[in-house]
Amino acid sequence: MDLSVKLPGLDLKNPVIPASGCAGYGRELAELYDLSRLGGIAIKSATPKERFGNPTPRIAETPMGMLNAIGLQNHGVDYIIKNELPFLAKYDTCVLANVAGAAEEDYIEVIEKMNDEPVISAFELNISCPNVKHGGIGLGTDPELAAHITRMAKAAAKKPVYVKLTPNVTSIVDIARAVEAAGADGLVMINTLLGMRIDLKSGQPVLANNTGGLSGPAIKPVAVRAVWQCAQAVSIPIIGVGGIARAEDVLEFLLAGADAVEVGAMNFVDPYICVRIIDDLERVLSKYGYTSVRDVIERRKLK
Amino acid sequence: MKTEMALITENRQIAADTWKMVLKTTIASETGCGQFVQVQVPGYFLRRPISVCRVLDEEHLVLIYKVVGDGTARMAEMSAGESVDLFGPLGHGFPIEDRDVLLIGGGVGVPPLLETAARHIKAGHHVTAVLGFNDASGIILEQQFRELGCDVYTATMDGSAGTKGTVMDAIRQNDINEEYVLSCGPLPMLKAVSNAYQKGYVSLEARMACGMGACMGCVVKDNDGESLRVCKDGPVFAIGKVVL
Repeated sequence: MDLSVKLPGLDLKNPVIPASGCAGYGRELAELYDLSRLGGIAIKSATPKERFGNPTPRIAETPMGMLNAIGLQNHGVDYIIKNELPFLAKYDTCVLANVAGAAEEDYIEVIEKMNDEPVISAFELNISCPNVKHGGIGLGTDPELAAHITRMAKAAAKKPVYVKLTPNVTSIVDIARAVEAAGADGLVMINTLLGMRIDLKSGQPVLANNTGGLSGPAIKPVAVRAVWQCAQAVSIPIIGVGGIARAEDVLEFLLAGADAVEVGAMNFVDPYICVRIIDDLERVLSKYGYTSVRDVIERRKLK
Repeated sequence: MKTEMALITENRQIAADTWKMVLKTTIASETGCGQFVQVQVPGYFLRRPISVCRVLDEEHLVLIYKVVGDGTARMAEMSAGESVDLFGPLGHGFPIEDRDVLLIGGGVGVPPLLETAARHIKAGHHVTAVLGFNDASGIILEQQFRELGCDVYTATMDGSAGTKGTVMDAIRQNDINEEYVLSCGPLPMLKAVSNAYQKGYVSLEARMACGMGACMGCVVKDNDGESLRVCKDGPVFAIGKVVL
């Protein structure tokens, strides 16, 4: 069955992409399976300079999901270009470079440095991380700021720019419309939901950062709803993400209006999850009467 | 490193809040001392990282775990004959150097030292084990270390068995003069060990998600400020390498 799908800059052999922050730069998953099996890989956020991230504990379990407060830990864009991208160049898969920062200049610096890297297929603008004090979600919760950073990124980028949206807003549709108008080539949604857990023995938050981003199957209905709302409001493609755990979930996101998907927290539960989903996708599409991924996209009718 | 459905052949309580699970899995054939596995507990999202206590043969592992929360409580309810989804072996374990060794374990940090003792003894080295617990009801594996041929010393914080006090008190009281140490246990103990010894390795515990180095959930800093992943670069680190 033809599982391929074409999005700006992303000629995906199948619609399954491990989400940023859940697969590092691919080295660990490559010990378990051939990364060329993947439609693409969204690599861990790059910032201009190295970031250690937040103090630990950074992880807390929740019902059907987890909280994380990693805090965009990375070695900085120069290190990533020199030491991580050459590894990914060995594989036949699309690379989505997640770009983050504390201020507008940070995003531009990372984009300009990565612009001429042939291994990168497209940029994923992270204006939705809930775990950093500056930048991140602050830029993604205001339509005007989101549009501004998108416009700046588009002006700097030589590759398509996808904007990753946060669900921690009153109207995600307003943000989606604003970044579309600012020239975004596509949307990635949703980033994590802001959450918290408190340890009963200590009476204190489990996470050192107090709050963290909720991910996993617990947030899937929120993500499906957000994709469905935005798909009706914008005409740029949407990469759906949030709690995907099986091939049926991929079909649900496609029906909601996504053209591809990212798989996040489930990589921590089953490190083979992406290839298992890819292997099962044909069976699931056939079961529900579809002949290809494109067939779903062409025939879906959102009420 | 792989995932596999492992058959539980035994799962029983061996001390206060402490359980022993024996698993039939081909992961055993790849597992070294001080490595860990991630156990998928039914009904819980993230896997539980548990150190390997003993590699019985090519296809049997022993895990000894403490019931500390809902997930490990559920794990303790599982029965022989059930299967559990296992991911491993993970991390870098204890090296086997060509020398005699002092093993210092505390509480649920004691189990990975048993396989470590077995491998050193098999390599012809003398092994001294100092094991610390809160009280006599928590003592585990003392007899198993003796059966392997280790010199074993015990300490309990309340004095209900062995030396009253910490493992460091037991080392002083018994004039143990080994220089090379392998240690696993609670953070205050690892700090005391790192202050007292220059040569050897300590094994850390951490909250983790992926267990294989991808998520950066379990990082620690080394003395140069570089980050290291407990799950992938550790859990075993040379003494002095990591800021505890």
